[in-house]
Amino acid sequence: MTQSPVLEVRNLETSFVTKDGEVTAVDQVSFTIHKGEVIGIVGESGCGKSVTSLSIMKLVPQPPGKIVGGDILLNGENIVGANEKRMREIRGNEIAMIFQEPMTSLNPLFKIGEQMTEGIKIHMKKSKKEANEIALKMLKLVGLPRAEAIMKEYPHQLSGGMRQRVMIAMALSCNPEVLIADEPTTALDVTIQSQILGLMKELNKTLQTSIMMITHDLGVVAQMCERVIVMYAGQVVEEAKVGDLFKNPKHPYTQGLLKSVPDIRGEHSRLYSIPGNVPKPGSITKGCRFAERCEFAHERCVMEDPVLFMEDGEEHTVRCFLHEKRREVS
Amino acid sequence: MEVSVNNKPPIQPKNNEDKVQSPWVEALQSFMKNKIALVGTGIVVFFILLAIFAPFIAPQGINEQNMANRLQAPSAEHWFGTDDFGRDIFSRVIFGARISLWVGFLAVMGSAVVGSLLGIIAGYYGRWIDTIISRIFDIMLAFPSILLAIAIVAVLGPSLQNALIAIAVINIPNFGRLIRSKVLSVKQEEYIVAAKAVGMKNNRILFRHVLPNSMAPIIVQGTLAIGTAIIEAAALGFLGLGAEAPNPEWGKMLSDARVLLIQAPWTMIFPGIAIMLTVLGFNLMGDGLRDALDPRMKN
Repeated sequence: MTQSPVLEVRNLETSFVTKDGEVTAVDQVSFTIHKGEVIGIVGESGCGKSVTSLSIMKLVPQPPGKIVGGDILLNGENIVGANEKRMREIRGNEIAMIFQEPMTSLNPLFKIGEQMTEGIKIHMKKSKKEANEIALKMLKLVGLPRAEAIMKEYPHQLSGGMRQRVMIAMALSCNPEVLIADEPTTALDVTIQSQILGLMKELNKTLQTSIMMITHDLGVVAQMCERVIVMYAGQVVEEAKVGDLFKNPKHPYTQGLLKSVPDIRGEHSRLYSIPGNVPKPGSITKGCRFAERCEFAHERCVMEDPVLFMEDGEEHTVRCFLHEKRREVS
Repeated sequence: MEVSVNNKPPIQPKNNEDKVQSPWVEALQSFMKNKIALVGTGIVVFFILLAIFAPFIAPQGINEQNMANRLQAPSAEHWFGTDDFGRDIFSRVIFGARISLWVGFLAVMGSAVVGSLLGIIAGYYGRWIDTIISRIFDIMLAFPSILLAIAIVAVLGPSLQNALIAIAVINIPNFGRLIRSKVLSVKQEEYIVAAKAVGMKNNRILFRHVLPNSMAPIIVQGTLAIGTAIIEAAALGFLGLGAEAPNPEWGKMLSDARVLLIQAPWTMIFPGIAIMLTVLGFNLMGDGLRDALDPRMKN
């Protein structure tokens, strides 16, 4: 890919101050998103997915949270040091976000139209009338019937799927370059989920908006994403093209994740689960963070920190000593 | 033969247009269904009307003395009897509604505005601002409130206006703490994070998203506090720290009637009933508002 990336995250490190000292929630995370690309970030709860996305928006509650190090480059501009004013220009305008709970991410006291036009008025400096037109156009774009009526309705009058459509319409109304979707379909039932994912994919194609999809659902990843980043305990443990990852997972954790997905075909046996839990952030200071739960762990895994190794050319990286014979990522 | 054709569509399209309503309107509708709350509202409205139209309703002026008619028992001519100056108690109680309601409304308005502002700032911004504001509230709440009010009036000098200020001041921490805790929970809501993610300024989020969603307890507490404020004003009046002599403030009337308790109990009973009814009205109304605005509190 010759194009320079829209968003580049380099060695991002975000930590939280707790009563037990400083805890690193996101540790040296790096990835890039190109224009029109959909990447997935997967991992169990508490592995740092959401903190990564909040860090990019610089919405990590501060204190106790803090971006300790690394760079976030948005079209080449480093926004880690950007002031609040610049961040407000970026939020909603260049990077937009949709959330997990469509039921609670709309203010219950205002009409849909009023909430939708808020961002448009801030970023696009439009009059109320023009903002209304844009909002209406977006509502139609996300496939909501009776868009005019919905503009005048309150959130409680809409279903979960409709609200998530409204959230998507709202997020895309200022034509952002990157859309961060933090588990956008977790709270929805399966049929609505597939509708929403289909809609996002379609909008990604037509509007060329890059999407960063945060999820713990590998099915969502398979359906939506081109590249996948697997996170574990705050670190990137594997990154690959989606086909590669599903066919040929390298990291024992990724293998475990894929084995834990129920398969409708074949014999019904007990579902596989990775033994143990995600370690508490900050509890592992030395060695591979997955070592405790890894069936291939050996002495070295507990003693040394593995780095990201490159697999099969440039596209597949993995943080595991089993793949050390390949080149180290510079 | 006539063939009846059912040309109705099989499913009526849901017409949402005419039932679009804000959560406030829904709360109002639920309030209107609450009979006890309506009784309370009725009492309050009744006293408000009395206060507004006092000059037309009252048969006499507040200071029309008639020594010949001193300490008359209630009769057709003087419904509530007369006091030791021969003044018509019915008229004085009606004019007293003006003072008590005025003091109640203004004092609560003052403490609600100041308290909410401090509480919302403390709750939203947190950190040292919260610490300072919350500790000031704690200090104020450490005093018995009526004692604090007496102290404030003692410093400012006894008058109705100063009593009002004192009542407003002592109620500030109640409002402040209430809205602070509400803001603490509202600011965790996803729509606040969503508003930030849209690029809104803090102040705008505060007044457009946080404040409206924190209003419900303020309205409830405000209504209940008017009742309390009226009692507090009466208490200060009773202690001689509120309204001055000729003013028919209810507490002051009670205080003046103390010595007549055996001789002419009506001088005390009617202002007392007036206070009781007004406060009851506000309390019933406040309870109804709480049920309507916060259905989870209902049991």
